[in-house]
Order: sequence, then C-alpha cells, then structure tokens
Amino acid sequence: MTDQDIFDALSQILRILLRNESVVLTARTTRRDVPGWDSLNYINFIAAVEGKFGIKFRMADVESFETVGSIVEAIKARKGA
Amino acid sequence: MKWLPPPHEFHARLTAIQAIDKPHYRLRELAALATANLSFLETLQIDAALAQTAQVADSGFDKVRLAVLAGSTMDHLLPSIRVAGLRRGLCIETYAAGYRQYRQELLAQTAGLRDFKPDVVLFNLVASEFIGATPITASSEESDHLVEAIAKDLQSMWNLVKDELGATVVHQSFLDTEPALFGGLDVIVPGAPARLVTRLNSTLADIAFRQGVLWLDVNRASARYGQDAWFDVGRWLQAKMEIAPQVAPLYGDLVARLIAVARGKSKKCLVLDLDNTLWGGVIGDDGIEGIILGNGTGVGEAYLALQRYAKTLKDRGVILAVCSKNDPSIAETALRTHPEMLLKHSDFAAFAVNWNDKPSNLQAIAHRLNIGLESLVFVDDNPAERAHVRATLPMVAVPELPDDPAHFVRCIADAGYFESVSFTKEDAERADQYTANKKRDALQSAAGGIDDFLQRLEMFVEYGPVTSLNIARVTQLINKTNQFNTTTVRLAENDVSAFAALPGSIVLQFRLIDRFGDNGLVSVMIVAPATSGAGTLDLINWVMSCRVFGRQLEEEALNILVRAARINGAQTLRAAFKPTDKNAVIRDLFARLGFARDAMAEKPDGASEWVLALDNYVPRRTWIAHRENAQ
Repeated sequence: MTDQDIFDALSQILRILLRNESVVLTARTTRRDVPGWDSLNYINFIAAVEGKFGIKFRMADVESFETVGSIVEAIKARKGA
Repeated sequence: MKWLPPPHEFHARLTAIQAIDKPHYRLRELAALATANLSFLETLQIDAALAQTAQVADSGFDKVRLAVLAGSTMDHLLPSIRVAGLRRGLCIETYAAGYRQYRQELLAQTAGLRDFKPDVVLFNLVASEFIGATPITASSEESDHLVEAIAKDLQSMWNLVKDELGATVVHQSFLDTEPALFGGLDVIVPGAPARLVTRLNSTLADIAFRQGVLWLDVNRASARYGQDAWFDVGRWLQAKMEIAPQVAPLYGDLVARLIAVARGKSKKCLVLDLDNTLWGGVIGDDGIEGIILGNGTGVGEAYLALQRYAKTLKDRGVILAVCSKNDPSIAETALRTHPEMLLKHSDFAAFAVNWNDKPSNLQAIAHRLNIGLESLVFVDDNPAERAHVRATLPMVAVPELPDDPAHFVRCIADAGYFESVSFTKEDAERADQYTANKKRDALQSAAGGIDDFLQRLEMFVEYGPVTSLNIARVTQLINKTNQFNTTTVRLAENDVSAFAALPGSIVLQFRLIDRFGDNGLVSVMIVAPATSGAGTLDLINWVMSCRVFGRQLEEEALNILVRAARINGAQTLRAAFKPTDKNAVIRDLFARLGFARDAMAEKPDGASEWVLALDNYVPRRTWIAHRENAQ
C-alpha cells in the first residue's frame, strides 16, 4: 500500500463522515482546514481508520496528531510494528 | 451481525439508489441494501441516502419518532438506529437530548423534547453517574437504600415520559464496565460497583416489566460480543462514548428490533429446511439410518441442538414449519421413526415437502397459516436457496447460516427474530393451537358445507372485562394484530386500563373454544362514550386474531357488545375503518355486520365511518354458544 493509497482511504472515510464529496486530504491538512471536522467527527474518523487498517492508536497519539501526514505516519508505524 | 449476508456490490447499488426518484421504491431498495452485515461507514452512507429520501405517507414503512435521553455521547449511534429501522420496516426519526441534559429536558418541559412529540423514548444512561459516589465501605443497608432511591428516581422519569409525552419507554440496562476490584467478591461486597450495577439492572428490569417499560439489555449483548469491542476505554476517555462506533450497527439493530416488536412487527414462524439443516446428510441418498443426528458425535449433537432450540421456541409460542425439497414420505417417516429425532411431525404446523421451488412453498406456508410472509424466518444451509428466497421474497428473513452446524443455533438466536416484550399463557399455547388448526382444516374438508363444519366444531365463546390477569395478553393482541384491526390504534397497558376505567366505556375480551381446544384470548373490543353526544358509543378499536377468521366470531362478538351497550343505555354505535396494506381482509366488515356508512362524518385521513342503530338491532345467528367469564 502506497502513501497515496492511505491518503485516498482517509479522504474517502472523511467524505462519508462529513457527507462531503469534495474532501481531499494531504500530508499538510489539519482539522481546521476541513469544515465540519469537529471533535466528535474526529473520534469517529479515528475509529473508522482503526477499523479499516486493523490497528489501534495510542491515546496520546490521537490527541497530538497535528496533520493528516502525522496520522499516515502513525498508521505505517503501527502496520509495520 | 453475522446472521446478515455480507453487503453485495454495495457502492454500485448505493449509486443506483441515489438516482431513483420515487421515494417508495428508494426506501424499499435502501431497506434491501441495509439487510446486510454493514460496517459503521456503510451504515453512515445508507443513512445519508435515507436523509435525502422524501417522506411519504403510504410508503409501507411505519413512522416512529424516537427520542434518546443519554448519559453518554450518543450521536454516532443514531444513524445505525435509523438504518436498522429500515431493515425492520420502520422509518425512525431521531431526537437526541443534549449530553447529560435529559433530566433538565424532562423536568423543565423544554421545547426540544416536547415539540419533537416522540412515540418512543430511550433511556441510555451510564451507571457511574448514579453509583460513582458510593464508598466501597458502604453497608448492606446503605446500598439497599441507594438501589431503591435510584429505581425510584428512574421510575419518576419513566412516568413523566408516559404521562406528559404519552410515549413508550425503553430503558437500557447499565453496562457493567467496572474493573475487577476484589475478584469473586465484586458481586458480594455490598458497596462494590459491580454488585451495585448487577442489582440495579435486576431491580429495574423487574419494575420495568411490571410497568410496561421495554428493557433493552445492552449489558448482556456486550458480554456476548465482547466488552472490549463494545466499551472501548479510549473512546470513553476521549469522547465519553460508552458504546464504540465500531459496534454501532449492532447496537442500532438491538434498538430497532425492540421498537419493531412494540409496533407489532414481529416474526411468528420458523421455517426449517431438512437435509443438512435439521440433520446431517441427504436423507434421500443416505437413508434414515445414514443421516447424522443425535448424541455420540459433536456434529450429530449440533443438529440435535438446533432441534432442541426450535422446540423451545415452539414452547414459547413460535410456530414451526418445514420447507424442504424432498420425498414427502421419506421425510415424514424420518420424523416419525428416527430414534434421535427430537422434533416430531406433529410439532410442525405446516409441512411443505415436495419438489417445488422454495419461494412458492414459503408462500403456501404463509397462506396455510394465515400469516404474512414478513412473519416468516427461513433457515436453510444452502446458499443458493437462501439467495433465491432473498431475491424473490425480500420480506422473508433469511439468516446467513454459517458453514459449521455447531454455530447454527447461535446464528438464529443472535438475529433476535423472535424478540418479545411479553410472555403470556397464550404464547405458550399458540403453537399447539396452530397444530389443532390442522385438525380443524381436516374436518372442514371432510364436512359437507360451511354450516355443517361450524356446527360440528361445537364452538362457544367466553367473554368478559379486562382484568389484571388478562391485560398483558389484551395489550399484546391489540399491538400485534395487523389483519383484523379496524383502526390500528395501538395502546399500551396503561391506555387499556384508562379506557376500562372510563365511565360508560365497554372493554371486552373474547376467547373461542371448540372441540379441538381453546383458541385462547383472540379478540378485543375497546368502546368509549362519544364526546359528541349522549347515547352514542365509539368503537375505538377492534382486533381479532387471524387464527379464528371465518368462524362467525365477529358476528357473535357484536351480539355481545350490542347487548352490553343497550344495558348502558346507548342507542348508537359508531365505528371507523382505517385501511392499511394489511387489513384488506376486513374491508367490508362493517357493511357485512349491518352498519350504515356515514359519509358525512368522514375525515380526509382515508378512514370510513360507520353507524349502527342499536334499538332495531337483531342479534345475528351463529353457531357459537356463550359463557361469561370473570377473567
């Protein structure tokens, strides 16, 4: 799975959660950049990503992700671990 | 939700549905798509398409307004409840009170909850809010008082919902998420949180049952499916979600199945295939001696376990039937003579064993038992047969039976098809009553004409008022009956009591007994004095079980009602007939019974209004004798 595949998967998940087809996530996207991506939808997003990739994030990571890029790095680290 | 098949071509079908204009068709297709083992994200996508579907009156889906009063974050669970509703023929609209705002919303009569006008209110509360402050050193008396006080507090909230909002209450069991503190002593030490939660749940469940509050047992479900998945500690700490998003689809199904039962949408009949379902092997090839069934091997015991489960379902009122492609005489011989066979030929109310296709046989079974196809659950090990039935008869529930017969029983049980909110004497007797119907049918085909048949049934009716002994069954009949139901006014137990207590009202229940047995409490009439004028009575609702159709009970019941009404000094009986897609069988009921149609009184809701003058009513002749009873 390439980085781009992961970004695509994350974008697709967020489109479903926010009911917004125009969402495209990049490495530098932050929650503030996406309208409607509030804290509840963020947790739903994390849960869906964990389900999709079969991983569990550490709670401290979930609370410190600044950008979508850092989420992708954490996914890769967890998948590799 | 392993009993549902995996979603098939999900994205293509969802895209196709989004192009459909007609809301009826769209809803039907969405319901079909929802009848799959959906993930959290797939559920959200169906919910989004549902939100874009116009609401129409005659969609065939029951509208239900559900308000959730929650002690934890709930918003992520609402889509799953709505989607699970589709699966059960319900269009559920939801309202969520603010996080931990339920008390204020209930007490302060805030606009939000009241204006929403809920039909059902679900209490989804968190145990720690109620017992969190209890010291571990609490004495036995202190913890008794605490449990009592909490139960009283919750009851007063239930009563507010019932009295002020007129809604049905669903209360969810508290999740026992407490970590072990002592070990085994956790359920013994009076102040231990695990003991308090267990006691609260059992105390509340008993009170709820007595008060007609429906009990949603999420604590048992969480134990069944794994508490780590259900209660994800991280989600709780971060977002106060007590139920994790990943199990939302399952949670939604638990909620929807309870609402469906309260709405009379319950499954009634378990239809079983034979080869490789009720026993291992193919009886036509392997012979009666060659099939695998019974003690000795694990596989043989697995099939026996399914038979035992089916038998227990029958004992609690589920009708059993067979639908199998087989030689009927071989199948019958096996059921009669195989020494390990727990289910006997006489346990089945319908027996469709032939070489016809399964959808036709299921239709024949529904017709024979006089129940709707949507009341059937069809169990078959063969994926091709399952797919055929799902495609042809989408209203029939078809569990996705696992490969291994070891898991057959779990699969059927987990699906919750036969969820029930009461268990009455009639339930226990029902399956046998259907079997007795087989004998009545035999008499009918042997008898000369309909009069001869009815006369030879030696029928008599027992009737009387509603009492504490029969009110559970009376309420159940009102809410479960779809065919002979004149106005589809659904009533809770306290509504029935209220009608019975109303001065000048007449609430009657009827049992029909014949030479083959007691058909049980099969009809209820609710009659109240009209507000418009003295001497006039309104037939609020009249229901009758389909088991006794064609037996002249409607004529005899009316004779009895008219006599009671005259004693009350009434001169006129008014009735309404509200057509639904299920009650066409009584479309001409009031005309047949001599009522005159009152076109002047008709309202735009499609109901017809009927009037019967009591003074010149001539009792109709039937073959049913009377007996008044106290219960």
